[in-house]
Amino acid sequence: MLKNHDRFWGLLFLSPWILGFLLFTAGPMVTSLWFSLTDYNLAKPEQVQFIGLANWGHMLTDPLVGQSLLVTLKFLLWSVPIGLVFPLGLAVLLHSEHLMGKALFRTLFYAPQMIPGVAAALIYTAMFNPQGPINAFLNGIGIGTLDWFSDSRLVMPALTIVGLAGVGNTMILMLSGLQSVPRELYESATIDGANGWISFWRISVPMISPVIFYNLVLSVIGSFQYFTTAYLLYEGQGGPENSALFYMLNLYKEGFVFFNMGYASTLAWGMFVLCMVVTAVLFGTSKRWVYYAGGE
Amino acid sequence: MLKSAATPRQTSGSLLTRQMRKLMAAGTLTLFATILLMVYLMPLLYSFSASLKGPVSNLDSMFVPTSAQSVTVQGETYELYEVPIAGKTRTLALAEKRRAFSTFIDPAHPETKIRWQGNWRKLTRATSFDPQWQNYPAAWQAIHFGKLFLNSFLIAFIGMIATVASSTVVAYGFSRFDIPGKPILFLVLMGTIILPGEVTLIPLYTVYYKLGWVGTWLPLLAPLFFANAYNVFLLRQFFMSIPRDVDEAAMMDGASPFRILVSIIVPQSWPALTATALFHFFYAWNDFFAPFLYLTGKPDLATLPIGLASFSTVHGPNQSQLTQAASIMATVLPLVVFFLAQRVFMRGVVVTSLEK
Repeated sequence: MLKNHDRFWGLLFLSPWILGFLLFTAGPMVTSLWFSLTDYNLAKPEQVQFIGLANWGHMLTDPLVGQSLLVTLKFLLWSVPIGLVFPLGLAVLLHSEHLMGKALFRTLFYAPQMIPGVAAALIYTAMFNPQGPINAFLNGIGIGTLDWFSDSRLVMPALTIVGLAGVGNTMILMLSGLQSVPRELYESATIDGANGWISFWRISVPMISPVIFYNLVLSVIGSFQYFTTAYLLYEGQGGPENSALFYMLNLYKEGFVFFNMGYASTLAWGMFVLCMVVTAVLFGTSKRWVYYAGGE
Repeated sequence: MLKSAATPRQTSGSLLTRQMRKLMAAGTLTLFATILLMVYLMPLLYSFSASLKGPVSNLDSMFVPTSAQSVTVQGETYELYEVPIAGKTRTLALAEKRRAFSTFIDPAHPETKIRWQGNWRKLTRATSFDPQWQNYPAAWQAIHFGKLFLNSFLIAFIGMIATVASSTVVAYGFSRFDIPGKPILFLVLMGTIILPGEVTLIPLYTVYYKLGWVGTWLPLLAPLFFANAYNVFLLRQFFMSIPRDVDEAAMMDGASPFRILVSIIVPQSWPALTATALFHFFYAWNDFFAPFLYLTGKPDLATLPIGLASFSTVHGPNQSQLTQAASIMATVLPLVVFFLAQRVFMRGVVVTSLEK
C-alpha cells in the first residue's frame, strides 16, 4: 500500500525531468551515439556513411588520444584535491565566528567567479605575461621571470592558479553545508572536551560529506571535460609540446576544426564510458564515508 | 539566540581576559582574511585598472592606469621621456629624433637645447597617473549596454525561477521516494552531465531548428522548466541530509507529499536553494556560447557576453580597456545581488528536526 503510494508520488515528482530528458536530451544523445559509428564530415553532412566500429578501433590506437588522456589525468590529479581543500578552507574561514565583516568577505571572495569569460581570458593572459604581476612578484622574491606560456612544465601550475579564482561556487556550497550543521552538536562536543580540530573532523566533515561528495563527483567530471580555460589561454592550440592538449580540446579540434564529427562523437562516447566507470566507483565508495541524516 | 545562552558568566576578571582573547582572535583572523583577499582579488583589481587605461597602453603594464605624457611648448607638442643624464634621470621633451643622438629640451627652460648621446628608442616614456573614466560611458554606448543588460537579466531571472522550481521537485522525488528503477534513472541523470555537450550540440541544434526556436530565447529557457541534472544532484544531496523523522510525522498526520515538500523540506533547505538560484543566475548572466549559438543575427535579443565579445570582433583590436570597463559594469549587478542574498547563508537552518 505504502509502496504504491511512493511509486505514484515519486514518479509524479520525477516527471518534469523524465519529460525534459525525452524531449531535449534523449534524441541528441542517441544521434551522437549513431554518429560515432559513421564517417560524418561536418562539411558534407549529406554523405554520412555507416562504418561500424572503425572509429572506435582508431580511437584505441590514436597517439593523440593517449597524449590528451595523459594531460587530462595529470590535470585531474592536480585540480581535484586543490579544488576541494582550498574552497573548504575558505568556507571554514568565512564561517568562523571570529571573522569580522563576513558579508563583505563572502561577497568579495566570490567576486572573481563573476568576471565574464571574455574579460577573464584577457586578464589571465596579461597576468602571466613576462611583465605581468605574477612575474613581478616572482622577481621580487628572487625566483625570476618564468615563461608561463612556452614552458611545458608550467602548464599545470598556470592552469591551477587560474582555477583557484573559480572556486567560488564550491566555497559557497561548503559554506551553506557548514551553516546547516546544528550548533548543539558542537556544544555537546565541547562539553565532552573536543577541541576545534577534533570537532572539525568528527562533526563538520561528516555532516557536510554530502556536499563534499557532490563537489568531488562534479570536479572529477569537470576535469575530464576541462576545456574552456586551456582553450582561451593557449589560443586554441595544445600548448607547448601538446602539454595542454586536453581530451576535450582534442575532441573539439577533431569535430569543429577538422570537421570529423563522427570521430569526435566516438571520442565523446569513449570518454563517457571511462567517466561513467569512475563516477560509479565514486558512488560505490560513498556508502562508506558520506553520511545522510535522512538515510540512504 | 543559542550563542548568548551558551556563554557562562564567570568572575569579572576572567571575563575580561576572555573578551581580550576573543578580540585578538577576531583581529588576527580578519587580518589574515584581508591579506588573502588582496591576493585573491588580483584579477579583479587588474581588470579595474585595465578598464581605466588609454587605448594604446596595453594590458601588460601594471596595476596603475597611466598614460604617456606630452608637453606643449610654444605651440609645439613634444613627447616626454625619462632621460638619464650625469647619473640623474630627468623628464625631458624630445625635440629632434636621431639615431645616434637626440636633442631634448627642458619644459621649464625651453630655450636651452640638450644634446643626448644614444638611441632615443631605448628610453622610457614619461607616464603619469591618468585614469580614463570616459571608458565607461564609451563602453556603455558602444554596445547598447542598457538593452543587453535587460535581456541578460530577463533570461537569467526567468531561467533561475524555472530551474530552481523544477529541480527542487525532481530532487525531492529522487531523495524521498521508492521508485522502481530509481538507480538506473539516477545513472541516466548523471549520464547527461557526463556526456560532453559539444557532441550533442549539432543534434540539439537540429531539434531547436525544427521546432522553429532558433533566433528566439526558447532554447535558452524552455529546457530549464524540465529540471537540470546538476541542480537535481546538488539538491538531492541536501535533501538527503535532512532527517526524515519530521516529514514522516507530518505524513502520519495526513500531510500530502507536496505539502511536506513546501512546508518542511524547502524551509530547511533555504541556503542550498539560494545557492542553486544564484549559481544559475550568474551562470546564465555570463554564458556566452548558448546565446551566441542561438541568437546570432538578433541584436535585439542578444545578451551582455555577446556585447562584450563584440569589442574584439566588431570594434577592432586593442579595445581591451572597453572590454574591461563593460565587464566591470556587467559584474556590478551580480555582486549586489550576491551581497544581499548571502544573508540567507548567514542564517543557519531552522533546527526543527532536532528539537525533540
